[in-house]
Amino acid sequence: MAECHPVGFQWVIEARNRGAKVIHVDPRFTRTSAMANEYVPLRAGTDIAFLGGLINYVLSNEKDFREYLIAYTNAPAILREEFADTEDLDGLFSGFDPETLSYDPETWAYEGAEAAPAAGRRSDIVGDSPPEHSGPDQYGSGGATIGAKPKVDPSLRHPRCVYQVLKRHFSRYTPELVEEVCGVPPEHFRRVAEAITENSGRERTTAFCYSVGWTQHTVGVQYIRTASILQALLGNIGRPGGGILALRGHASIQGSTDIPTLYNILPGYIPMPLAEHELDLDQFVQEDAGQTGFWGNMRAYLVSMLKAWWGAAAAEDNDFCFDYLPRLTGDHGTYQTVLNQISGECKGYFLVGENPAVGSANAKLQRLGMSNLDWLVVRDLQMIESATFWKDGPEIESGELRTEEIGTEVFFLPAAAHTEKEGAFTNTQRLLQWHHKAVEPPGEARSDLWFFYHLGRVIQRKLEGSSEPRDRPLRELVWDYPCEGEIREPSAEAVLAEINGRGPDGPLSMYTQLADDGSTSCGCWIYCGVYADGHNHAANRQPGSEQSWVAPGWAWAWPDNRRILYNRASADPAGRPWSERKRYIWWSDEQRRWVGADKPDFEPTKAPDYTPEPGAKAQDALAGDNPFIMQTDGRAWLFAPAGLLDGPLPTHYEPHESPVANPLYGQGQNPTRQVFDRKYNRYNPPDGVFPYVFTTYRLTEHHTAGGMSRDLPYLSELQPEFFCEVSPELATERELEHLGWATIVSARTAIEARVLVTDRIRPLRMRGRTVHQVGLPYHWGPNGLSTGDAANELLSVVLDPNVHIQEAKAATCDIVPGRRPRGESLQRYVDSYRRRAGIPEEADR
Amino acid sequence: MSSVYRLSGLLADPAGEAGYRDDHPERVGFFTDTSVCIGCKACEVACKEWNLVPEQGLDLLGQSYDNTGALGADSWRHVAFIEQRVPDPSVTSSGTDLGMPGIGAPEQPAAAEEGSGMRWLMSSDVCKHCTHAACLDVCPTGSLFRTEFGTVVVQEDICNGCGYCIPACPYGVIGQREGDGRAWKCTLCYDRLGDGLEPACAKACPTDSIQFGDLDELRERADRRLAELHQDGVGEARLYGRDPDDGVGGDGAFFLLLDEPEVYGLPPDPVVTTRDLPAMWKHAAAAAASVAATVVLSFLGRRR
Amino acid sequence: MSVPRKEAMSEPARTPDGPIEADGIRSYYGRPILKEPVWKVPDVPSYLFLGGLAGASASMASVAELTGHRELVRVGRLAAAGGALASVGALIHDLGRPARFLNMLRVFKPTSPLSVGSWILAPFSGLTSASAGAQLTGVLPAAGRLAGGAAGLLGPAMCTYTAVLLSDTAVPSWHEAYPELPFLFGGSALNSAAGAALVGARPCATRPAIRMGLLGSGLELAASSRMERRLGVVGEPYQRGRAGALLTAARALTVAGAVLSVIGRRSRAASAIAGVAYLAAGACTRFGVFRAGVNSARDPRYVVAPQRDRLRGRGGG
Ligand SMILES: Nc1nc2c(c(=O)[nH]1)N[C@H]1C(S)=C(S)[C@@H](COP(=O)(O)OP(=O)(O)OC[C@H]3O[C@@H](n4cnc5c(=O)[nH]c(N)nc54)[C@H](O)[C@@H]3O)O[C@H]1N2
Ligand SMILES: Nc1nc2c(c(=O)[nH]1)N[C@H]1C(S)=C(S)[C@@H](COP(=O)(O)OP(=O)(O)OC[C@H]3O[C@@H](n4cnc5c(=O)[nH]c(N)nc54)[C@H](O)[C@@H]3O)O[C@H]1N2
Ligand code: SF4
Ligand code: SF4
Ligand code: SF4
Ligand code: SF4
Ligand code: SF4
Ligand SMILES: [Mo]
Repeated sequence: MAECHPVGFQWVIEARNRGAKVIHVDPRFTRTSAMANEYVPLRAGTDIAFLGGLINYVLSNEKDFREYLIAYTNAPAILREEFADTEDLDGLFSGFDPETLSYDPETWAYEGAEAAPAAGRRSDIVGDSPPEHSGPDQYGSGGATIGAKPKVDPSLRHPRCVYQVLKRHFSRYTPELVEEVCGVPPEHFRRVAEAITENSGRERTTAFCYSVGWTQHTVGVQYIRTASILQALLGNIGRPGGGILALRGHASIQGSTDIPTLYNILPGYIPMPLAEHELDLDQFVQEDAGQTGFWGNMRAYLVSMLKAWWGAAAAEDNDFCFDYLPRLTGDHGTYQTVLNQISGECKGYFLVGENPAVGSANAKLQRLGMSNLDWLVVRDLQMIESATFWKDGPEIESGELRTEEIGTEVFFLPAAAHTEKEGAFTNTQRLLQWHHKAVEPPGEARSDLWFFYHLGRVIQRKLEGSSEPRDRPLRELVWDYPCEGEIREPSAEAVLAEINGRGPDGPLSMYTQLADDGSTSCGCWIYCGVYADGHNHAANRQPGSEQSWVAPGWAWAWPDNRRILYNRASADPAGRPWSERKRYIWWSDEQRRWVGADKPDFEPTKAPDYTPEPGAKAQDALAGDNPFIMQTDGRAWLFAPAGLLDGPLPTHYEPHESPVANPLYGQGQNPTRQVFDRKYNRYNPPDGVFPYVFTTYRLTEHHTAGGMSRDLPYLSELQPEFFCEVSPELATERELEHLGWATIVSARTAIEARVLVTDRIRPLRMRGRTVHQVGLPYHWGPNGLSTGDAANELLSVVLDPNVHIQEAKAATCDIVPGRRPRGESLQRYVDSYRRRAGIPEEADR
Repeated sequence: MSSVYRLSGLLADPAGEAGYRDDHPERVGFFTDTSVCIGCKACEVACKEWNLVPEQGLDLLGQSYDNTGALGADSWRHVAFIEQRVPDPSVTSSGTDLGMPGIGAPEQPAAAEEGSGMRWLMSSDVCKHCTHAACLDVCPTGSLFRTEFGTVVVQEDICNGCGYCIPACPYGVIGQREGDGRAWKCTLCYDRLGDGLEPACAKACPTDSIQFGDLDELRERADRRLAELHQDGVGEARLYGRDPDDGVGGDGAFFLLLDEPEVYGLPPDPVVTTRDLPAMWKHAAAAAASVAATVVLSFLGRRR
Repeated sequence: MSVPRKEAMSEPARTPDGPIEADGIRSYYGRPILKEPVWKVPDVPSYLFLGGLAGASASMASVAELTGHRELVRVGRLAAAGGALASVGALIHDLGRPARFLNMLRVFKPTSPLSVGSWILAPFSGLTSASAGAQLTGVLPAAGRLAGGAAGLLGPAMCTYTAVLLSDTAVPSWHEAYPELPFLFGGSALNSAAGAALVGARPCATRPAIRMGLLGSGLELAASSRMERRLGVVGEPYQRGRAGALLTAARALTVAGAVLSVIGRRSRAASAIAGVAYLAAGACTRFGVFRAGVNSARDPRYVVAPQRDRLRGRGGG
């Protein structure tokens, strides 16, 4: 966090200065470790075992927050008899289909309840062409739903209740197993376990912060699930100082999931309709909306969005233009798209603020895809590698591609930087923060808003008079933002106002005002209220000294300016704070409402003793002591009866490439991971040819694929060259010299880096075996002032099934001293490795 | 320049000493608390951006994450990185000698003692704006001067590149810019101070490792912080450059360190060279007298 | 020479004359704590040497004037002027352009030996030039005498202020040597001037110069041996590597010059060789001292060790 979120890290320092204990779990000793009270090195890719060990510690020592657990989680829910655990099936859950390598989650459901996603339904296409056609296109991001109230056992003694299942599932995650899997000595593990449990409960809370060290794995989603279970057990969610904080990446990356640049969701996490299903609005809503909880209002959210897009054209009688929405035919994630480019299916590509020729796993695959297009539009601040690969990319150097044979027409359009335009950033804390334009963009550089607005305008003009039905969605789109100044810059505030939404009386102030009858419009329901009263609340900048410690006057948080989600859980079931020290939101009997420094993430006047009428819908179906209002049962899920493709509980699987076998089961890896074993994407077998683990990461001094840092002298001089980090032990083993060169090899290719020998990388000892790890920052590429090979050349594409994220944090390699071969001999060199490892050679090289 | 200029010892008000009227602003400076420095180098970059300091070249130094190396004409802030093995990660307050940061690769690894850990010291160094500033004293052109804030600044339009200030500085701060010949160093953002702004580096520092303010207040704050750390068992914490009765009369920019100063590349007991200047002139005068006497002596006696 | 280049620093701590062991002294990657002097070689050592030569020569010339040693007057005046001008030239070359030398004379700053030195050097070079001009052209001989006399008075200061110039820095081997360095430079200046006289005058006229050389050599050798003995650790750079070799050569040349000046005093050739030895000794002394200082600044040990000792002495640290 200190490395990648240094500004946010000031609060960690502040907390530490006030007595908080900071623990850092990372394969490498980083700037964060330097500031931590406790640093825990572990083998990359093994956190589920580590966190699972903590869960086991909590459960077997009864360190859970029992009242919270019983009232607010699904611990008491009883599961079906047919459910079988990985402990019973040697690493598989019940419902696995070895043909399709996917699960049928039916047996994971609660007894007596039918499971379906909370928003977004599971589709039959899972079976058609797995595993590439699986993923969250089947589920909205609201989680999954359960059709009816489950049977519960508040005593937690029923052998099939979630609590007991959890206990059994994690009982094998002992400190000894943690050591065997993670390389963390039991003593060290115990210190962490004690610190976390001592700092949880009524009086204290523990927070988890994570970022891509946890997500970029073939089990990335389950990593976060494990932390969620732990935090729910300890009662650390919805309370001040608790939570699981995703430290998000790019500026406004949170914003671009809220108003997504993802293919499978619509604004506000509404699922994208599928081609084979949901032919009309009613059907879609019926199948995809949760019946209970706030997803029960999905129709209002969706209709308001359609009204924002198609305005007057969207009416009751035409399903509010629901038909105009594109339909999903399968996985259109970024890696699938690249494979489609190589196979010739995908012909054109926009790269808007992205540099996949350096930044995406298996960078060669990306370049080969881009070389096989008709056209490519790159909008960027710099002449990045993804815009110049056709003339100076690594394949040109190696002779694998020839410039004259690449047919792609590349358009480079200079983009305006954030200082040259206005708009909102939404980052980790869900805050929409407005930024103003400081200077005009130079030369021909234009904002992305400018580009897409005028592109849309020109297309609409070209389609004027078309009577083709297929052109109607474009022709009828409301596309009328006011433009300002010489360069005709569209007003970003006008866009914000549209996102906020309007009703008959002007700007809306909260999503509960949204209607499903076409009387309201709203571009993104969770953002409703950011422009309440026609005022840009994202630009609020009330100084901290002039407001409460929760600081509601600084910018605007979705939803409804609530700073802590699910904060109803900060009070006990009766609505009283769990403790004075951790007081946040509580029920006031005098005022008959929830009060406190923050806005309640709950209906403000729903009393703690409210019990729903039978058959109640949406939020009315949730009781006054159900804090998790987006869930259909209002509870935090220790066990996920639906919504995940790789199991209802997390369990340790080895990374796709790993030098060790899974000590837990015969099933080594996540059985549902997305594998693409094909030319240019061969995998390292676990046979000793690639004996070392490598992990990739960031440096404070550079930014991601480097377009924003490698061209800047002041940043480049701070980390001038690509390097690898190795322990003194590995350096000795492989005769690597400090500041000398090393060649690092995988089945994909070989790259070279300068060597930093450092004690910050430690060999891990696990039951008599030593695992060495190699650290590789991934910022470099051939362009710019500071250059070097890209770490992503080394990685393969292998993905988490739920969200299609690449496993960039754990893979295997070999490392040898010296520089890598150049030109054609590089291929021969890598071929020799492939031969030794028994991997088929790339046939026509 | 007053001829009764004090060359060393306690000096409460260097700006007053330099001739500013009594209503000059309070003396300002930095307290850099290295115990919260995360080595983000925002200070280095902010300084360069604000002051338009040139890039100094792309060199991988292999000194942990330090690729700046040292303070100099083209780096007015320098973040040092020191990797050390410590006996146990949860006990950072050991009094053992931790060894100097290796040159290049660490030594052959110690046998993997159970629970052995490491620490990574980071510290952002800067010109100390000495109470008795040797650089300023020795500057023959008056280019280096004491500001009304008590800081020490080079005037680039007056500097003649004589280079005298450079070996005079007991901290090795000020440097000569290549191809320019003149001397450059931190100005404590003299231009920003004039506008009531805090220096760029302090402004950019996310963790408040760099604290800017009135020197007296900073000294008190530092004393409190030191006591706090000592109480928390961080026995190795110490203040450096805080004391007004040290060899340079106290630093305008002082530090809280977690190890010996020399581990960070700082001199353990710097003394302003001009403290000895009167004695130097005395010896030189005596030597000159000897020369004169010798010449006369040589001519005495019989002419051939 | 300028800021140490970074590449050089990624190497193990070395002086150019060879590695120096760590001796239990801790440091930051063996990097220098101080900035080494940026003064250029040979400019500044030459300036030091020529200034000393000029200063002692001017004094010699004026005493010779008073005592009627006409030949020594001539040689002294010419050496003084030549040395002074060359010295100014070396300084200007180091600075880069003449205006930068004039810039020194903008202010007079008693705390800056370079300012004081400039205010000595500037009139001195003017006066010596005037007297040498009078000497060579025969024009205005009285003014020449007057100028020569004034230069003679400034001469001793010329010989020793450069020692303060070096000592008034943080460079350990220079600073710590401040009590002896002026005597070392003064002595060396005397035998350099004597050397010039031995080269430029006929043997029959050099007797005072020989004596001056002998006394100067004695002074120099006494000062240098005392200095190295007293300095302890920071005296090492004077003994090691190229600096040590230069200073050893200086001593040998001094002794050789002294011996030869006496035993060969009747031979023009022998005297000239003795003179050259003296001059070479003077140059070696300045180059050696200069280099020793640079080396002491480069190696953190010479900064840390004495300061640590000092702290221990105070019971601190
Ligand atoms: N300076 C800077 N800041 C940035 C960025 C940048 O490029 N530069 N990028 C931004 C972006 S886009 C993002 S997504 C965020 C990412 O922020 P982070 O996730 O913090 O970034 P990384 O350095 O990629 O990975 C974090 C750590 O994960 C560790 N790690 C690897 N494998 C494992 C594992 O299996 N378990 C555990 N526990 N740790 C593991 C790595 O050693 C590394 O230290 O940063 C954002 N901030
Ligand atoms: N091996 C490995 N690979 C990784 C990761 C890893 O940890 N390890 N991390 C992954 C993660 S989390 C991320 S986010 C990606 C990042 O990978 P990319 O997104 O491919 O890389 P960036 O360099 O961030 O590309 C952003 C580009 O946007 C440009 N830009 C900046 N502002 C604007 C703007 O306003 N408009 C436009 N049009 N362009 C702009 C910048 O110049 C820059 O070139 O890398 C991923 N790849
Ligand atoms: S770069 Fe921006 S977002 Fe990242 S830490 Fe710095 S201020 Fe925060
Ligand atoms: S630290 Fe050096 S450069 Fe800075 S004021 Fe003191 S003597 Fe001058
Ligand atoms: S280099 Fe410039 S600032 Fe330094 S002493 Fe000479 S004139 Fe003064
Ligand atoms: S005070 Fe100003 S000049 Fe000095 S280091 Fe900080 S930013 Fe640079
Ligand atoms: S900005 Fe602050 S935290 Fe960052 S390196 Fe500088 S002093 Fe340290
Ligand atoms: Mo990211």
